[in-house]
Amino acid sequence: MREITYAEAIREALRQEMKLDDKVFVFGEDVGAFGGCFGVTAGLYDEFGPDRVMDTPISEAAILGTALGAALMGMRPVPEIMFIDFMTVCMDYLTNQAPKTRYMCGGQVQKLPMVVRAPSGGWIRAAGQHSQSLEGWFTQVPGLKVVMPATPHDAKGLLTASLRDNNPILFIEHKVLYNEAGPVPEEEYVIPLGQAEVKKEGTDITLISYSFMLNKALSVAEQLAGQGISAEVVDLRTLNPLDHDTIAQSVQKTHKAVVVQEAVEMGGVAGQVVKSLMDSSFDYLDAPIKTVAAANTVIPFSPPLEDAMLPSEEKIVAAVNEIAG
Amino acid sequence: MELSQEKLLEMYKKMVTVREFEQSLSEAVASGTLPGFVHLGIGQEAVHVGVAYALRATDWVTSTHRDHGMLIARGADIKRCRAEIFGKADGYCKGKGGSMHLAAFDKNAPGCNGILGPSQTINNGIALALKRRGEGDIAVVLFGDGAAHRGEFHEALNLASCWKLPSLAICVNNQYAISVCFDDACSIDDIAARASGYGMPGLVVDGNDVMAVYEAVTETVKSIREGKGPALLELKTRRYKGHFEGDPQSYKTPEEIAEEMKHDPIPIFAKQLLEQEITTEEDLNAIEEEVQKELQEAIEFTDQSPYPSLEEIYTDLTYEERRAV
Repeated sequence: MREITYAEAIREALRQEMKLDDKVFVFGEDVGAFGGCFGVTAGLYDEFGPDRVMDTPISEAAILGTALGAALMGMRPVPEIMFIDFMTVCMDYLTNQAPKTRYMCGGQVQKLPMVVRAPSGGWIRAAGQHSQSLEGWFTQVPGLKVVMPATPHDAKGLLTASLRDNNPILFIEHKVLYNEAGPVPEEEYVIPLGQAEVKKEGTDITLISYSFMLNKALSVAEQLAGQGISAEVVDLRTLNPLDHDTIAQSVQKTHKAVVVQEAVEMGGVAGQVVKSLMDSSFDYLDAPIKTVAAANTVIPFSPPLEDAMLPSEEKIVAAVNEIAG
Repeated sequence: MELSQEKLLEMYKKMVTVREFEQSLSEAVASGTLPGFVHLGIGQEAVHVGVAYALRATDWVTSTHRDHGMLIARGADIKRCRAEIFGKADGYCKGKGGSMHLAAFDKNAPGCNGILGPSQTINNGIALALKRRGEGDIAVVLFGDGAAHRGEFHEALNLASCWKLPSLAICVNNQYAISVCFDDACSIDDIAARASGYGMPGLVVDGNDVMAVYEAVTETVKSIREGKGPALLELKTRRYKGHFEGDPQSYKTPEEIAEEMKHDPIPIFAKQLLEQEITTEEDLNAIEEEVQKELQEAIEFTDQSPYPSLEEIYTDLTYEERRAV
């Protein structure tokens, strides 16, 4: 199969849906002729013109407010927030506003289709205000779906599903993954939201992860194979709704689990996954579930410091070894 | 006055309806039968009715947490409005929104917002969709002098102006943001003066004179419909009640309150109607009796409406997924 990058896969999903549905439009800071800070929307302006691909002033609140209003009127806005860290200045729209619109008006609104795209993650040497993984915050908002693909194939299929969904969605991309290539079908396809996937089968331990951390988990699984440990790797893909069944099935088979996230450990998705497994699979566990996450501190600029505070393959292996015996 | 006698008396009736509707809420709070925060716009009826009657039914109006009156002036059913404010199943929002989040989508009124600021940016999205439809409809947002100091005021007006959106921003300046008076929160006399910073017209209007409001909005809207871009109106008014029911208004002097009461918009309008021989005292009294009767029906409707069933806790949270293209 043809290989394209994660960024190209996202662009292809946008382009195909924009062709199918003229209500879909893209806007945000530098997404027009410039093609986006990370080049994701490159070429869309030339193809669809200034009414479908719009640059905005540096006004994140206005970007998301405009998206909400347009979605209320039946359009399908796809705003881009340049870094997920910038979501802090427009948080209201993804907490108090869009996810509560239908509920608080008692169902008077029939759909609110807006897909907010934003990249997260570290390793780009940009320090504490451009490198965070803030997905955990957004999973605490009932009414907001949170999607976080790890591969080009999933990025295209999950974005296509998101663009066809009628709910407000936060679609979190990863900056390090943008240039990673993988096989992606040329035609349109949908990966249903809320379904995790077993990316590698195994029998001895389950590594549960998502987004860029999936790559590390898969790499660790290969290393473990050399030690005679057969690791199963599960990619959550969607964080809300969380696929409780897939992780339970895997852990009930392997009896051990390590959950890996890039975000700081406090209050994150990994803790929620552990909670889910305690509810579903406590009697199947042969060891405590371990988590690997970023240290509870600010992401420093200095590269050796950043590398040391974020999760690494060594830390994942160490966690596995604590319970693998 | 260019409006027909019938229209003018309808406007008078709406003003009295809003006043009596809110007065009965005030009494319900005082007697302990209405829970929660209730923000009344008593004294601001000329704003709501003047704006509503200058718009088309196909225009959209978004408003503040003090805008029961805007929805009623727009034609929302007072029975369902009252039921909502009392948390009853027959309310506009099935009792899930309450006073601060009343919404009547059947009147193109997404309604009140519990957060100051976002309605201004959301209005941009509604305006964008209306512009794309090209039917000459406009999006109007009302916000208070307090919300004029949120960053979203700037983001919304700047973007609306850049994109030449068919939107009208109306600052309802009642001189107090809870307890802080306008002069202590703003270094200029008029919010409307800021319009020049966005390259749009800005106009100050006596918000207690319903005909002045009607005429100013009518004139301004004409230019917006012609595609000349957004505008900012500032309606100077006063609220006669506290920020919320129970607020003793210790921040106002008795002299100030006495002065405010001299500019009550309802007697002002009644005087205009009588002086111009549009109506008689008897007719006005008959209107007031009619309002009392309708209010009584709304009270009975609300009393008889059940509370929502417990299942409603979980309904209306998400939307049906879109079927595949």
